[in-house]
Amino acid sequence: MSTTITFIIDEVEVKAQKGQTILEAADEAGIYIPRLCAMKDLTPFGSCRVCTVLVNGRPQAACTQPVAPGIVVENNTEKLLNIRKNIIEMLFVEGNHFCMFCEKSGNCELQALAYRLGIDAPAFPYQFPKREIDATHRDIFIDRNRCILCARCVRASRDLDGKNVFQFIGRGPEKRIAVNAQIKLSDTDINLTDKAVDVCPVGAILRKRVGYKVPVGQRLYDHKPIGSEIETR
Amino acid sequence: MEKPKVATTSLAGCFGCHMSLLDIDDRILKLIELVDFDKSPVDDIKEFTGRCLVGLVEGGCANEENVRVLQDFRKHCDLLISVGDCATMGGLPAMRNNVPLKECLEEAFINGPSVYNPSGKVPNDPEIPLLLNQVYPCHEVVKIDYHIPGCPPSADTLWEILVALLNNKPIDLPYELIKYD
Repeated sequence: MSTTITFIIDEVEVKAQKGQTILEAADEAGIYIPRLCAMKDLTPFGSCRVCTVLVNGRPQAACTQPVAPGIVVENNTEKLLNIRKNIIEMLFVEGNHFCMFCEKSGNCELQALAYRLGIDAPAFPYQFPKREIDATHRDIFIDRNRCILCARCVRASRDLDGKNVFQFIGRGPEKRIAVNAQIKLSDTDINLTDKAVDVCPVGAILRKRVGYKVPVGQRLYDHKPIGSEIETR
Repeated sequence: MEKPKVATTSLAGCFGCHMSLLDIDDRILKLIELVDFDKSPVDDIKEFTGRCLVGLVEGGCANEENVRVLQDFRKHCDLLISVGDCATMGGLPAMRNNVPLKECLEEAFINGPSVYNPSGKVPNDPEIPLLLNQVYPCHEVVKIDYHIPGCPPSADTLWEILVALLNNKPIDLPYELIKYD
């Protein structure tokens, strides 16, 4: 029995394997669905909701929703683009995103999505929350001002590195990333070869002493929008 | 026909956005053919002399004077544009926003490691504009018609937007021209 199924994304017929998520199938078909918490090789998490699509008219996270034969998926519609834009704007005002001096600028997925969605200024009031920095580790630091709670580091450390260095604590606006150690990052066994160090979509977990190495104009999203690498497949 | 007028100001900014405007190089001659400058550091006119088509505002609002100038711009300009990250999101001055104002002032004038201030007091001369409790982006103080992010926005970005507005054309910038850094 064939495991290939077909379904529709924005009036285009897409082939997929049974068990794939809508996001995976779309990627293979060269259709970009914006996402922040989803990342190849990481367990789908469904927290950021940026990849929200309409499946037979109902909103679903494309990163967690499996494909099914004949489903009709809406992705690149004005309504969904506006919802995504609002989510990205909320992430910007909920944290302290000072792009002008951030080491991740130009390579940041949050910033790149804002560029792609055409955000000039968020429609919501800035919160300017007080967030802690942990620079205790020799080679790695955490800047919670930029954290968007995507849990990529949590999943990478747990599933790929087998270490469980990161975990969330708190709820609601107080939710924040914490380390699995007595107090601080330097108390953990994280090191530079860990996958968890490089999965952060923003500048919340960074390597020390390599900032600004790539000049402006040569960074990942300086010339081409995020997602164009999938669309040109 | 009379040329449309443009006004510019720098509130809680560093004048970097104005420098970027000067960076349009020889196109500044074309700009002078297209517009007259009203209140602006470019020609050093201190007060509005009349109605302006476009007001370019660099910097956010950090003190009461910034708010008054911004309100004056809103009153005199048909189109008010936030130019740069300070105007659109507060920028570097907004880094003080998660420290209480009293603590900021005490660090700057009393407790800071390099402070020499025998009076031991925070300056409180009536000539000095009072600081606001935090730094506000312009659109949280008055209505803003367009936002141009960037630190600073590039000269090409400013040029393209000004030319589009002055010719009453829609603003359609290439991907490379909108950046937050």
